[in-house]
Amino acid sequence: MNLSRKWLSEFVDIQASDREYDEIMTIAGQKVETTTRLDEALKNVKVGKVLSIVRHENSDHMWVCQIDVGEEAPVQIVTGAQNVHEGDLVPAALHNSWLADGTHITKGKLRGVASNGMLCSIQELGLTKNDCPDACEDGIWILNDEGCTVGQDINEVIGNDDSIVEFEITNNRPDCYSLIGLARETAAAFNVPLKLHEPVVKGGGPGVLPELLDVETPDPDLCLRYTARMVRNVKIGPSPKWMRQRLRAAGIRPINNIVDITNYVMVEYGQPMHAFDYRYVKGGKIIVRRAGQDKTLTTLDGSVRNLTPDMLVIADETRPVGLAGVMGGENSEIVADTADVVFESANFDGTSIRKTALALGMRTEASAKFEKNIDPMLTLPAVNRACELVELLGAGQVLDGVIDVINYVPEPVELPLEPEKINALLGTEIPEADMIEYLRREQIEVKDGRIQVPSWRPDLRRMEIPTTLMRGATTRGGYSESQKLENKAGAAARALGYNEIITYSFVSPTGLDLIRVPAEDPRRNQVKILNPLGEDTSVMRTTALPSMLDILARNYAHHNKSAKLYELAKIYLPVEGEVLPYEPKRLMLGSYGGGDFFTLKGAVEAILAAVNAQKPVFTPEKTDPSFHPGRCAAVTVGGKRIGLLGQIHPLVAKNYDMDCEIYAAELDFTALLTVLAPEKTFKALPRFPATTRDLALVCDEAVTVGQLEDTIARAGGKLLRSVKLFDIYRGVGILPGKKSVAFSLVFRAEDRTLTDADIEPAMDRILKALETEQNAIRR
Amino acid sequence: MKEQLEQIKARALQALKEAKESSELEALRVSLLGKKGELTAVLKSMGKLSAEERPVMGQLANSVRASIEERLEQRKKELAAAALEAKLEAEAVDVTIPGEAPVLGHKHPMNIALDEAKEIFIGMGFQILEGPEVELADYNFTKLNTEEGHPARDWSDTFYLKEDSSVLLRTQTSPMQVRAMEAIKEPPIRILAPGRVFRKDEVDATHSPMFHQIEGLVIDKGITMADLKGTLETLVKSLYGEDSVVRFRPHHFPFTEPSCEVDVQCFKCHGAGCPTCKGEGWIELLGAGMVHPKVLEGCGIDPNVYSGFAFGIGLERMAMRRFQISDLRLIFENDVRFLEQF
Repeated sequence: MNLSRKWLSEFVDIQASDREYDEIMTIAGQKVETTTRLDEALKNVKVGKVLSIVRHENSDHMWVCQIDVGEEAPVQIVTGAQNVHEGDLVPAALHNSWLADGTHITKGKLRGVASNGMLCSIQELGLTKNDCPDACEDGIWILNDEGCTVGQDINEVIGNDDSIVEFEITNNRPDCYSLIGLARETAAAFNVPLKLHEPVVKGGGPGVLPELLDVETPDPDLCLRYTARMVRNVKIGPSPKWMRQRLRAAGIRPINNIVDITNYVMVEYGQPMHAFDYRYVKGGKIIVRRAGQDKTLTTLDGSVRNLTPDMLVIADETRPVGLAGVMGGENSEIVADTADVVFESANFDGTSIRKTALALGMRTEASAKFEKNIDPMLTLPAVNRACELVELLGAGQVLDGVIDVINYVPEPVELPLEPEKINALLGTEIPEADMIEYLRREQIEVKDGRIQVPSWRPDLRRMEIPTTLMRGATTRGGYSESQKLENKAGAAARALGYNEIITYSFVSPTGLDLIRVPAEDPRRNQVKILNPLGEDTSVMRTTALPSMLDILARNYAHHNKSAKLYELAKIYLPVEGEVLPYEPKRLMLGSYGGGDFFTLKGAVEAILAAVNAQKPVFTPEKTDPSFHPGRCAAVTVGGKRIGLLGQIHPLVAKNYDMDCEIYAAELDFTALLTVLAPEKTFKALPRFPATTRDLALVCDEAVTVGQLEDTIARAGGKLLRSVKLFDIYRGVGILPGKKSVAFSLVFRAEDRTLTDADIEPAMDRILKALETEQNAIRR
Repeated sequence: MKEQLEQIKARALQALKEAKESSELEALRVSLLGKKGELTAVLKSMGKLSAEERPVMGQLANSVRASIEERLEQRKKELAAAALEAKLEAEAVDVTIPGEAPVLGHKHPMNIALDEAKEIFIGMGFQILEGPEVELADYNFTKLNTEEGHPARDWSDTFYLKEDSSVLLRTQTSPMQVRAMEAIKEPPIRILAPGRVFRKDEVDATHSPMFHQIEGLVIDKGITMADLKGTLETLVKSLYGEDSVVRFRPHHFPFTEPSCEVDVQCFKCHGAGCPTCKGEGWIELLGAGMVHPKVLEGCGIDPNVYSGFAFGIGLERMAMRRFQISDLRLIFENDVRFLEQF
């Protein structure tokens, strides 16, 4: 809502500077976004009187003028305009002046003759023909009839000596979308009187209103009130300068006296109004109804609008003539020869208006006001104000009487004023008398301890004031267990060089194709957004792998040599029979430009250790289409499969336009939380030394290190403390199809130093088991 | 003999002084004090002396021996110290050569800002809660006093997953107020619920269809607006320094009454107005208010017994301000050159 300080001064007298006004209003609850001085742009342009005008000696179309701008000597200005005469008052941009469009004017020479400025047209002052209907379109603006004086700043002449204050109005205060509403707030904030004015209409125009006009409201749920008056023998013309200037300050283009009056009243009262040309209201009947069978309406702006049956229209006996609360119809528009006018001042259901405006993509000043559910009590004073202005402007004859169809009367609302409760809630000690005084300043009366809520304060109509008793205990703060583990996993990932990323929860359904997810895969069952912004963000992800690959691909496309990324990413899995999906978290790792399968595996092992998961088991996974079949492992922890890690399949990499090895892991972090190892407790340091034995084996290529380790660990008995791979060898001395694998075995006992006699039996068991289970023999 | 001894002593001390290597010292020691050493030979010949001379010479010989040994030890230490010094000198490195730091990963700037906020609230006894992002309209709107027909519920503003508008992507973290109250039932409640929220905004420098909020809720007996002010002032001062100036300004939210917005005086211009605060002198931080009695009631908490306050903070704005990030798109682009700056 934009407020003109000059217009405001008609209702309240305050002396505050713009800055003070902003601060006081903001603290009082009406936040000021910005304040703009209208005279910011035009600088050093003054009213000048043409003392003499002679032909330019070197030009057949230019004139040399001597202009009196109230200074000691006249100023010489050369102009190319042909409509300037001796004695005329004109806007003169002097040396070092600025025009509305930011043009800087300085003195110079035009064909050898000094020109110390420029005479201006309305365009150069930032005005249009709408603002100054009498001005010459393509010449200098002659100010003879503008009531100005020589030397006066042009900003004063055109009403730019004003500040426009832009308020952020919260939607519980529809009353503040009006000048009077903001004047009321200003009066309360500054504790000054509010000068309100009761419209007075003389009336007496020819004819009897009920005979000329009839209003029906067959859909009372959408039309809460419809108030109308008529004006006859209208003389359409420009409205007076004061009205045009105020409208311009409010950001509204002046059109003609009747339309300007409706807009003026809308700004003043916050009540949208509409004026119809009576001759196009067929049968003298206005019917406010749902569109029903009517399919289209051409609105004032010349657009053909497609109607849906539930949209509210203003119709005559035969057809719609306006889109209720949004825009009038072209077929009943006020035109130059309009003679009789119907003023509509109505109250429509806000939700219905909002939906219509939204569906047609035409949010207008009027619809924006209606959708806030404005005060139904406003229609009558507003229509009377419009008629009063008609009489003031001499624009027509107002008929006696008002048509006022009232389908909804707001119940009077009273609230108890409970000072103790208010003070208890706020933690304040405001005396009751002060509370009553604050309410009075807002024009809210308190009678017998009860607040009389005015019709324009829907916020108070809904308000209930609760009660409080005493102070209670505090809760214990902190992170939940899962949050602590997330923090640990993140810290571990960063320590391993992975950077954290944050990606969208909604993704493109094609992501699953890019990572080659089969058609029948359960991940294809995604929660769909019915009104997405676009296909790219239209489904809730069931895997975070495409999100990770998207970001890796973007970094690759940005020519970043390498990237190591992690994310704790929620996914959204539909659950049969449940309304809301299951939202577990995935721990994602992804990288390119360095490292291999074992770098990634090591990182996964380190992170699992950091969250104290049970010992993970890695098994080859050859069938997942997203991963390289020979470089992918499934991770199982505590018997539960928690995810995959490995090199991304080259075909998937190609889908992301990446020509390099990509490594990624997707682990079910939520599941991981269920397979944690017992909390760590201190174990006594070994008191006796350990004995190490190296063991080199020869086995088939197909036998995995994991299988060998398992066998050794199982056969080794309780003295065997650790098994560590230290070499894999293929080549001279080893038959093709075989490999040599070497482990370092550590034996230790708690109660003595081990001897060969202790270790030999264990080694024998190990070798025997390796031979029978894995066909592996000592090299 | 006396002369002989003094001669030995003088020569020995001189030789020790000139010795440059520990091997020379050892050779000297053997030649003087060894079994066949000079001094040893002199001592051996003591037997030939008279009974009067013997103790005198013995004493002298011992003192010569002692001083040679002492000098030998001293010289040994000197040479060892010199050798160590030379070795260290030889081992010197160019300390200006860059260090070999392991590459550490970086936390996303938004989570850095979030963690800072969490720590502040944990210090005030808040419990961190999480909840669903796919949410019931009932929780996101109805139970928060935002009835059917409210503009925020429009399909143009909110992402819906069900035709009947009953399931949506939460547009705010405020449904966590309801979930917390329903789950905890018996106040005191003191929770902080950060998380993702979704609104139908096209992506630009200041908008994203997905962003993050931090919701806070405190319910107890006797909670007043003064508690709200105290809590949020603590937050602002912890984030922006003890000398920051905080302003509470009336505002409106459907689920709090009264409601306010909290501004901090611009730390660049101290209220004078500058580009950072868009000339306003103040920077808007968050929205808050006393929980609406209807909301309490709807969650089964008796508004005649309990009261509370709630607040919501936009995390992106907080992080962008914290790190002076100019464009929201950078946050979700995740370029490593961006991530590694923090």
